[in-house]
Amino acid sequence: MNLSLVERFKTGLARSKEGFLRRLDHLFRGGELDDEFYDDLEETLILGDVGVEASLKLVEKLRLESKRRKVRERGQAREILVQEIAALLAGAAEPVKPAGEPLVILLVGVNGSGKTTTAAKLAHRYRQEGREVLLVAGDTFRAAAVEQLQIWAERAGAALIKQQPGSDPSAVFFDALQAARARHIDVVIGDTAGRLHTRTNLMEELKKINRVIDRVQPGAPHCVLLVIDATTGHNGIAQALHFNEAVPVTGLVLTKLDGTARGGIVVGIQDILKVPVCYVGIGEKIGDLLPFAADDFARALLA
Amino acid sequence: MFASLAEKLQNTLRRLRGKGKLSEKDVDLALREIRLALLEADVNFKVVKDFVVGIRERAVGEEVRRSLTPGQQVVKIVHEELTALMGREQSKIILSGSPAVVMLAGLQGSGKTTTAVKLAVNLSRSGRKPLLVAADTYRPGAAEQLQVLADTAELPCYRNDGAAPLQICREAVRLAEREGYEPVILDTAGRLHLDDAMMDELKTIKAQLKPAELLLVVDAMTGQDAVNAASAFHEALGLTGVILTKLDGDVRGGAALSVRTVTGCPIKFAGVGEKIDALEPFHPERMASRILGMGDLLTLIEKAEAGFDQEKARQLEQKLRRQEFTLDDFLEQLQQVRQMGNMEDILAMLPAAQVPKDLQRLQVDEKQFGRIEALITSMTPQERNNPAIINSSRRRRIAGGSGNTVQDLNRLLSQFSQMKKLFKQVGSMEKKGFKHIGKGKRGFPFF
Ligand SMILES: Nc1nc2c(ncn2[C@@H]2O[C@H](COP(=O)(O)OP(=O)(O)OP(=O)(O)O)[C@@H](O)[C@H]2O)c(=O)[nH]1
Ligand SMILES: [Mg+2]
Repeated sequence: MNLSLVERFKTGLARSKEGFLRRLDHLFRGGELDDEFYDDLEETLILGDVGVEASLKLVEKLRLESKRRKVRERGQAREILVQEIAALLAGAAEPVKPAGEPLVILLVGVNGSGKTTTAAKLAHRYRQEGREVLLVAGDTFRAAAVEQLQIWAERAGAALIKQQPGSDPSAVFFDALQAARARHIDVVIGDTAGRLHTRTNLMEELKKINRVIDRVQPGAPHCVLLVIDATTGHNGIAQALHFNEAVPVTGLVLTKLDGTARGGIVVGIQDILKVPVCYVGIGEKIGDLLPFAADDFARALLA
Repeated sequence: MFASLAEKLQNTLRRLRGKGKLSEKDVDLALREIRLALLEADVNFKVVKDFVVGIRERAVGEEVRRSLTPGQQVVKIVHEELTALMGREQSKIILSGSPAVVMLAGLQGSGKTTTAVKLAVNLSRSGRKPLLVAADTYRPGAAEQLQVLADTAELPCYRNDGAAPLQICREAVRLAEREGYEPVILDTAGRLHLDDAMMDELKTIKAQLKPAELLLVVDAMTGQDAVNAASAFHEALGLTGVILTKLDGDVRGGAALSVRTVTGCPIKFAGVGEKIDALEPFHPERMASRILGMGDLLTLIEKAEAGFDQEKARQLEQKLRRQEFTLDDFLEQLQQVRQMGNMEDILAMLPAAQVPKDLQRLQVDEKQFGRIEALITSMTPQERNNPAIINSSRRRRIAGGSGNTVQDLNRLLSQFSQMKKLFKQVGSMEKKGFKHIGKGKRGFPFF
């Protein structure tokens, strides 16, 4: 992996830590495991958008676990929690390309979460590995969505399949998958229009896209990545539930982690969906995508 | 959620009644429920803390102790205080200067471009001649997006791809002066508040163009981080207001309270859909209801009133009160509801706990609507008046006659009876001390 990226990720994380570092340093360095300690921990988790329910649950579990293991020190207790959260979120494996067929990745999520940019970043990643990549302009709804992806496709050196604005997105995917076979494409990455999960008809549209993909290439899409903005609050849970109901989500992408938000809602989402976080977005450039590092993330969340 | 918060508080506070002195523990328990409810609505942790301290005094006061329903009373107090915090009154946009400049700023993906167009549409409908300016030179396709949307709305859009944002804005103002456009609405690129260079760019634009309004566009789904971003933008730029976006979903929108509290700036508009006219004035009271999970009844009522025949609505209301609501009325309702917008939107505005599961899934798309219409019109007048008489042979006849399955019919009948129940619940909620919600606004057909 590119070292400078890791560095950048770390600075990103470091920045988001800043405010908490001092207070928590004192919190964990010494002192007993008293109510104040657990309350502060709860506060930290909630401030990181882990969500009320998940935060209370985690802290309660830590209480029991610390007691069971006779842990006395704050630093030790914190490490247990870090491991707990990291274990919850880990487990993403690089998807394997099926033999003789393209790997098909579908990006879904609410408006503005970062789907198109993530599609481009993924395309770039696979291009760097020497793969032939096809981007699918599946957002036929939003103004200039196709133009946006087209510019990214050029930058990434990926092929693009598109249709007229307003056309049926599943038709675009139908075309794209046929083209992918004919052109011996390795990876197909599908962008979709942003949609609020409460819009039933748009969720139906997503189901249809999924069905059409599966019809052209049985077993596809292999990855359905739900793109979540790190600033998202509790609504992320509802997003996860509804999107997963429409198209079985296989993993999460957490974007905009280069800001001050810590993206803790993925902990709550994981609690429900049991899918790993696969990638994190740490900027607007094409290289600003990293595989998810559960341990670093958990530490940053508690720091 | 409102129901459950009120219930929880009711249980906690029941013991308070009649007692001369309140125990610390009772009060703390009640405040804890409030705290959790606000946190679940994504109000910032620190904002909640301060807020709850403020509530405490009133919560232990006479008005609660005397009340027969202390739980409801506390919710009412919380609701009032939330409303007060968010500004009580609606805050209007200020357009001074010639030409007036309105500048939008915000994080990436918050919805600035769409909001710029919505704002322009809104202002042009009130007689202005707005000019949209594509000052986002960073995100691929951003200028094109603004242009396409402006074209759709038949509004002018200034772009000069390749030039620097400041230059584009200056040129746009000159154009506006020449052509008499006003206000000039600047769509700037999304940026992180941590990005000094990008924040400096906004500072310069502000210093040069002296906008009458500098509005922060905030995604209603934002969690705890809303305070960080908002206060950083405010510190750097001196905001004049906020626009909340994506309020059309099921989000509780506690970010509204957080942002308002840390910036002190009024929230001026709310985005409620992807269409270019889906922008509404912000109503603090309704937002308070929403944060507490009480649903956005007022908006619903207003929408209904805009789209409904008052006299018909009044008749219907009486029928509902007398439980005489028939399938004919149901059909008519659906026809009217369709004019109001999406069924999902409408249901999203109702208090979550009040909406039965089956109804949450009710979809009124064209196809389903046609089916319902066919089913109901295949019934005899007696059947429409009294669905209870529809036995299995009638079911087969109606289904067959309308080209549907018996399952389709069963689903319709179950939805109909659910809906009747819903009316009953909402009606009784009105009685339970939330009269102010619909005060002077009678005749909403759902009640
Ligand atoms: N800072 C930062 N910005 C990001 C990141 N990912 C995406 N963005 C920005 O977020 C904004 C929205 O990204 P898009 O990729 O267009 O989001 P989308 O989900 O495709 O949006 P819609 O198609 O409109 O629903 C753009 O300005 C991106 O540059 C990230 O990891 N960090
Ligand atoms: Mg997109």
